[in-house]
Amino acid sequence: MAAVPDSAGVDAGRDPAGVDAGRDPAGVVAGRADAQGYAADWARAVRRLGFVPLSVAETERLLLAHTIRLAQAVRAEPFTAHPAEEIGRALVEAHLTEPQALEWTLHALGATFGRRVLCDGERPADLAERIAAVQGGLAAGFARALRDRTFSQQERIARSAWQARDEVEQALRESEERFRAVFTGAAIGIGIAGVDGRIIDVNQAFADMLGYSIEELREINVAALFHADDAAGMWELYQELIEGKHDAARVEKRYHRKDGTVVWTDLAVSLIRHDGRPRFTVAMIEDITERYELQQRLRFQALHDPLTGLPNRTLFFETLGRVLDTADAGQRVGVCFLDLDGFKAINDSLGHDLGDRLLVMIGRRLAACVADHGHLVARMGGDEFVILVDGGDDTDDPVAVAEAALAAVAAPVHVGEHQLAVSASVGIVQCPASETTASELMKAADTTLYWAKAAGRGRWAVYDPERGARDIARSALVAGLPAALERGEFVLHYQPIVSLLEGTMLAVEALVRWEHPELGLIGPDRFIGLAEETGLIVRLGEWVLRQACEDAERWWREFPDARLVVSVNLAARQADEPAIVDTVADALQTSGLPAELLQLELTESAVMGSAGEPLRSLHRLAALGVRLAVDDFGTGYSNLAYLRRLPIHCLKLAGPFVEGIRADGTDVAADHRDERIVDALVRLAHALELWVTAEAVETGVQAERLRALRCDTGQGRYFGAPASADVITARLRGGALA
Amino acid sequence: MPDGLPTEIDLTRPSAARVYDYFLGGAHNFEIDRQLAEQIASMTPNLAATMRSGREFLRRAVRVLLDAGIDQFLDIGSGIPTVGNVHEVAQGVNPKARVVYVDIDPVAVAHSRELLAGNELTGVIHADLREPERILAETRQLGLIDFSRPMGILLAGVVHFIPDADGPEAILATLRAAAAPGSFLVVSHSTFEDQPQEMLDAQRLSARTATEITLRSRAQVTGFFGDWTVLEPGVVHMPLWRPDSPSEVDEHPERFGAFGGVARYDQPAG
Repeated sequence: MAAVPDSAGVDAGRDPAGVDAGRDPAGVVAGRADAQGYAADWARAVRRLGFVPLSVAETERLLLAHTIRLAQAVRAEPFTAHPAEEIGRALVEAHLTEPQALEWTLHALGATFGRRVLCDGERPADLAERIAAVQGGLAAGFARALRDRTFSQQERIARSAWQARDEVEQALRESEERFRAVFTGAAIGIGIAGVDGRIIDVNQAFADMLGYSIEELREINVAALFHADDAAGMWELYQELIEGKHDAARVEKRYHRKDGTVVWTDLAVSLIRHDGRPRFTVAMIEDITERYELQQRLRFQALHDPLTGLPNRTLFFETLGRVLDTADAGQRVGVCFLDLDGFKAINDSLGHDLGDRLLVMIGRRLAACVADHGHLVARMGGDEFVILVDGGDDTDDPVAVAEAALAAVAAPVHVGEHQLAVSASVGIVQCPASETTASELMKAADTTLYWAKAAGRGRWAVYDPERGARDIARSALVAGLPAALERGEFVLHYQPIVSLLEGTMLAVEALVRWEHPELGLIGPDRFIGLAEETGLIVRLGEWVLRQACEDAERWWREFPDARLVVSVNLAARQADEPAIVDTVADALQTSGLPAELLQLELTESAVMGSAGEPLRSLHRLAALGVRLAVDDFGTGYSNLAYLRRLPIHCLKLAGPFVEGIRADGTDVAADHRDERIVDALVRLAHALELWVTAEAVETGVQAERLRALRCDTGQGRYFGAPASADVITARLRGGALA
Repeated sequence: MPDGLPTEIDLTRPSAARVYDYFLGGAHNFEIDRQLAEQIASMTPNLAATMRSGREFLRRAVRVLLDAGIDQFLDIGSGIPTVGNVHEVAQGVNPKARVVYVDIDPVAVAHSRELLAGNELTGVIHADLREPERILAETRQLGLIDFSRPMGILLAGVVHFIPDADGPEAILATLRAAAAPGSFLVVSHSTFEDQPQEMLDAQRLSARTATEITLRSRAQVTGFFGDWTVLEPGVVHMPLWRPDSPSEVDEHPERFGAFGGVARYDQPAG
């Protein structure tokens, strides 16, 4: 900015009145120089006509200095217009460049300067000429300065623009270099393609992953990298991407390398838009082949049996579930549940290694024999295999499949040095897919397999729903037994055993009943067998024994003269228990019942099989003073020899013999035969000093005949049905009264 | 390249800074700028005067701040500081005054750097007013302004480039919060108050430069000063703000279409 010259010392009028006059051109005092007034008018004009970056006072001060200098120049001898040129330049330097302001300046110089600023005596003779020269000089200086300034400003702004552009370009170049470095050096593959699918550029990693050179890939269209075996919808997804419906997509995609091998990639594609329109796609791929293969391997491992390589239980149930979910109406689905017979014995005798090798062989054969039909063979664990027969057509007969499987298994197997003959059992279930579930189907197959095993192994069995229902009811009872014992759902009924000679009640047989909360009172025929199978008979029997002893002790205490014996059944499993003697002794001691008032009934077969420990147990029981009876005598394979060896007190004649002694006499010959058998048995027993009790005595005639045959005691509906302990008590009381 | 700043120099588009320069009589502009300037001027003859008026307001305000002892200035939206720029005004009074110029226009910034080369007491920052934290951080980095002492923050004809969506109040609050007690804030801002329709049309035309202008009310402009003390005569049409002399004031000061105001940060009592 130009300095504002100090006007002090300049030969100019300083009269305050002049200043005032200067503000009002109309009041110019003729003949008096008024530089200040002229400068003030000048300042006001330039401020009005253009932008002046100075305050009012600064502007006036600046222009007053110029006014005075112009006045000096006009008067100077010799005259020169040079100072006017400088003032023209100074005006430009002070930014007083508005054209209209210049116009005012030049006009005022010609019109009023001489008159207002120069005193009368100061005006040179050639004033007009000099003023014209000053105007010319000022204009020339102004124009030259303005041209210079314009040039320099234009130059500077252009330079600035280029510089700014350079900086931006430099930044872009650096940014481009950085991205180029990332692009070329990235470990992941990066590829850029147009929306027409033409590959524009790829980095080395991308090319390496696909086994092509960068140049080769630049010739390829993206479409060529899609394959029919891509996941469903992948091509459509790409189409939607380049149409701008998505901005990014991420998929697992396999590429076929140039050498034909496959590379699995994690592919992320982004859409690059320009002004909103899709322009490019950028694909970034990461080679995940190893991860993918590991995943596949893990998935295979999770779904296959490591020993045989067959599908495992998980895959089987997945497949079965899918078949059931997607089955057409009426489609039947079948399973063959196969289990090797006696595999445990092979394993135990030949070792697990051979056992495993056998399983591998069997698995291979099973897979081969159903492979043509595409059935799934799975190993469910151990030596269990299952074949899923899911075909919709009739040729998929599960029985045929089972027979093929049995045949495959039956062929001799060479394992190491051994030649093994193996058989298997198969449970077959087939039903409409809509009527079953996976778990129901497999439960039925399991049950059926058990039937095949029970029927003698080496065969197949087909599921029978009615038999299955019975099995289910039975197993429901089995499942409920332990809890029933704990909850006290069992009760004892007693059936009198009466002297045939005197008609008095000598004993009662304890018979257990199950007061089932839903099924009501259940007789022993429906659960004793189950309790024996499951082993629960031991606990149940002990409960019966203790309860019977307690009841009998009460009767003995209340009716000591009756000397009522309680007869308790002892199952074979119980008799085999080493602890049975201690249990009986404890029951007697706990209840306080005299040992001779307790009779234990054993079945003929239980006694017959007795040897070793059980036999010793019987002797020790007898030694306690407990009476022992053989139940259902004459129905088993009677080996009379044991009667000699065992400490038996009583024989209970089985019901059929007694039934034969009928009153109606329709089959006299048969009747006669039964009567002779009973007669012989009674004689035999008496010869051995054994008591004889006849069971199932229904009528008075039967009782009469038995008495005639000298049978000691009778038991049956004629003498009283099984009844609660209270009824027995009442009977004892009544008997006592009588 | 900082976010929010242009990544290319497009000389086919006019620049607000260069149009402004043209209106002030400068030659730091290109044909495209002059065309737009002439077009604006033909529609609203006032506009050129408005820009001069704004420049004069800034000069007067800076002088007031200098008189109050302020010797460091942060001039945001400085444009091309050729005619009547802050450092000349300030250093004319106090040769040790420091000025930091901030502008979003890379050409203006490059130009300023060249113009100010060798002037150790000035600095230039290329930044966007919408990122006040960056402006403050880069200003601190320059080391010219001592933030523990009072300073003058100058926002002459720039806040109206910030639309409401960009939160001008928060931007102003951030700037105020960085200033020490005794600091001053100078704002001039276009307004729709008391304006004829052609002013509003011209405002739309200005959208052909980088940014559209948001006209605001006196109350909104006053709000930019927050709780600082607004100096007399308050937020007024620019020529009315402490004119050099009453005779300078235009008969219709509202015709320039912009408010100006200055506020001081007085340390709260207690």
